Amino acid sequence: MELTTFWFAVIAFLWTGFFVLEGFDFGVGMLAPVLSRDEAERRQVLGTIGPVWDGNEVWLITAVGAMFAAFPAWYAGLLSEFYLPIVLVLAGLIMRGVGLEWRGKVQHASDRAWCDLGILAGSALPAFLWGAVFADLLRASAPAALAGGAFSLSVCLLHGAVFVALKTSGPVRARARRTAMVVSVVALPAGVVALSGIPSAGTAVAGWGASPWLWGCALAAMAFLAAAVALTWRGREGWAFTATASSIALTGAALFGALWPAPLPGLTVAEAASGPYTLGMLTWIGLIALPFVLGYQAWSYWVFRKRLVAEVS
Amino acid sequence: MEALDLARWQFGVTTVYHFLFVPLTIGLGVFVAGLQTAWHRTGKEQYLRLTKFFGKIFLINFAMGVVTGIVQEFQFGMNWSEYSVFVGDVFGAPLALEALLAFFLESTFLGLWIFGWDKLPKRVHLATIWAAVIGSNLSAYFILAANAWMKHPVGYEVVDGKARMTDLWAVLTNSTALAQVPHVVAGSFVIAGGFVLAVCGYQVLKERRSADPDRTVPMRRGAGLAVSMWRTPMRAALVMTAIAGMVVAGSGDLSGKLLHEQQPMKLAAAEGLERDTAGAAFSPVPGVEVPMLLSFLATNDPNAVVRGMEDLQEEYTQRFGPGDYRPNLPVVYLSFRVMIVFGMTTVGLSVLGLWLTRRRRATGPSDGQPAPRGRTLRRRAAGAPREVPAWFARLCLLALPLPFIAMIAGWLLSEIGRQPWTVQGELLTAASVSPGVSLTEVAVSLAVFTLLYGLLAVAEAVLIVRHVKAGPEPAPSVPPASPTGTGGTGDGDRTAVMLQPTLMY
Repeated sequence: MELTTFWFAVIAFLWTGFFVLEGFDFGVGMLAPVLSRDEAERRQVLGTIGPVWDGNEVWLITAVGAMFAAFPAWYAGLLSEFYLPIVLVLAGLIMRGVGLEWRGKVQHASDRAWCDLGILAGSALPAFLWGAVFADLLRASAPAALAGGAFSLSVCLLHGAVFVALKTSGPVRARARRTAMVVSVVALPAGVVALSGIPSAGTAVAGWGASPWLWGCALAAMAFLAAAVALTWRGREGWAFTATASSIALTGAALFGALWPAPLPGLTVAEAASGPYTLGMLTWIGLIALPFVLGYQAWSYWVFRKRLVAEVS
Repeated sequence: MEALDLARWQFGVTTVYHFLFVPLTIGLGVFVAGLQTAWHRTGKEQYLRLTKFFGKIFLINFAMGVVTGIVQEFQFGMNWSEYSVFVGDVFGAPLALEALLAFFLESTFLGLWIFGWDKLPKRVHLATIWAAVIGSNLSAYFILAANAWMKHPVGYEVVDGKARMTDLWAVLTNSTALAQVPHVVAGSFVIAGGFVLAVCGYQVLKERRSADPDRTVPMRRGAGLAVSMWRTPMRAALVMTAIAGMVVAGSGDLSGKLLHEQQPMKLAAAEGLERDTAGAAFSPVPGVEVPMLLSFLATNDPNAVVRGMEDLQEEYTQRFGPGDYRPNLPVVYLSFRVMIVFGMTTVGLSVLGLWLTRRRRATGPSDGQPAPRGRTLRRRAAGAPREVPAWFARLCLLALPLPFIAMIAGWLLSEIGRQPWTVQGELLTAASVSPGVSLTEVAVSLAVFTLLYGLLAVAEAVLIVRHVKAGPEPAPSVPPASPTGTGGTGDGDRTAVMLQPTLMY
């Protein structure tokens, strides 16, 4: 595989990692008011993402940084083209991050309410907007963007609900499972609409026969979504989470597959790419560093693997 | 008013704002890690209380550094797409490396530190904070290397109107970067030192007031308390600030010499020098001139020629075509002086503080070192340590803004002094802006960020002030079951389990 293709795959991997990992962070952030009845439960719900959300967000930073380094014209084109949505994404990420970090450090309940509002709005904005931006990038139409946003928002909710069910015990766990079932009423149809839009919209490939593996990814993503709902129903939370994660990963694969080889209208990967020297150097450093990064991040999930209970204070 | 102007304002506002929090994160993180190490090694529970106290401030501040940093990474593509396309091959690499090698380390291990107090072995937990602060400092290196390339581009060639990297090592060991990394990082330690001094100063005053509410003893002496728990962090911050101050001065001198070679226009503007001058004078404050000092600072030769703005302007017009190649003179001239005066004042304060709190009977050249372990008896023999004078505590509190202002001024000097270029000699700022982004769009985003940042600045200030006023959590009234206070054993694993903080969240 030559270097530009490889780096396109790296960036697809980083974005997909971001969607999978921050997906449940966004979901938990949006669902926290629904899933908790008091402050102890609120802390329990937010505690599931507390130690990991910041590390998950770095997947986005790395994805965008890698785009800047490997495909400057793609990076610059995407961010300046979707200017105002990106401003809102950034505003959301700011509010969410500050809310999550500060809510345990403020003294008054009213200040905590502001933090909660920041977490809610700051999770919902990027969860909706990233879906809308990428759908619009593929299909350049407002209904498609809305469908994409609705899909990413509802999948984040489902993913987050399943994650809370997996990581907590007690009444919150039961509530999270019920919430997942409710959310799936929206997530499943939105998934069918948005996912079937991906392979049929490829800028260079069209038709069922021309992109069989894109259709394969999209259909498998739908199937995993349905499976996640069934598994949640049956109380298999670990498998349900694996299914939502797989569904998001396959969506990412289909999305970037459809963006290949022209990630922006009129711009091919080859035109956007940095020189072979830069790509080569980054490849070596990335190959050496990535195992460590994945290793210690996995370790941090291992350290916090236990289900959380609501602390009685 | 063009989109370009607002885009510049936006970059200035968001970057200066971001850099109010980052240096405090860099310096305070190491300070907190040092406190926790002290707790680990001595088992003294006051170090744990201090770790938690300063750790919480560190985290409040860290959040702001992180969220405002995301804007920085996106902003190049949003407002400066022409710049991004031109430089991405070279400039993008350190940014990608920063995320991969530094941000993952910082954020993952900080999460482990915050939530891992009762989940990780003590030694491993201590390692997590060190890993996180190493990440912070590493990120400073990468972003400063990228920034240095804008001022002194190396290791590249221009092919088809785009910079192509030819030598990553040259980019990462750019002489400009090697001078500015220690300058900015040490400056961060001065900021953190100044911050800790202000906090300690406040606490010392508060302690004396509450110990003696009727003011029967003059404030300056204190009410004959046992040695204040704020003495040690204050001394540590004094040492940190003084040492960092020396590094700042040395690396600043080096940067000045590099300016002479690499960015003569910025040097000329910093002194307001109009014509090429042999034996150029330096004016520390407007109106006072020290003959030959500028030439000496720039080259080590008091008679050397320092270039002047007008002569450079003529030269650049011939080289690059017609245009104004002079940066904003008043801003550059003034920020140079503000940086030096305010920065040096903070460092001077730390040296003064070290002298005021020196040990009563000097035991050799160790003055200025934090008190070594297991010295309790010897110190008692030498008499109680000098109390921090109340006026000095007040001074520390008043001096809090100085290092922050010095840092901002330094960045104004550095980046406004670079104008009209984004990449010195290669790309003009006016040619860097996104062509497809309208004035309205930039105005909207500038308004959103300014408003959000303004609100958050107030919130952060209130939060930190409240937290500082509340002070550390009180020491437990029940003495520990096993004697741990003697210290000096170096084995903290089984000691001091009684005050285990669970969540800092």
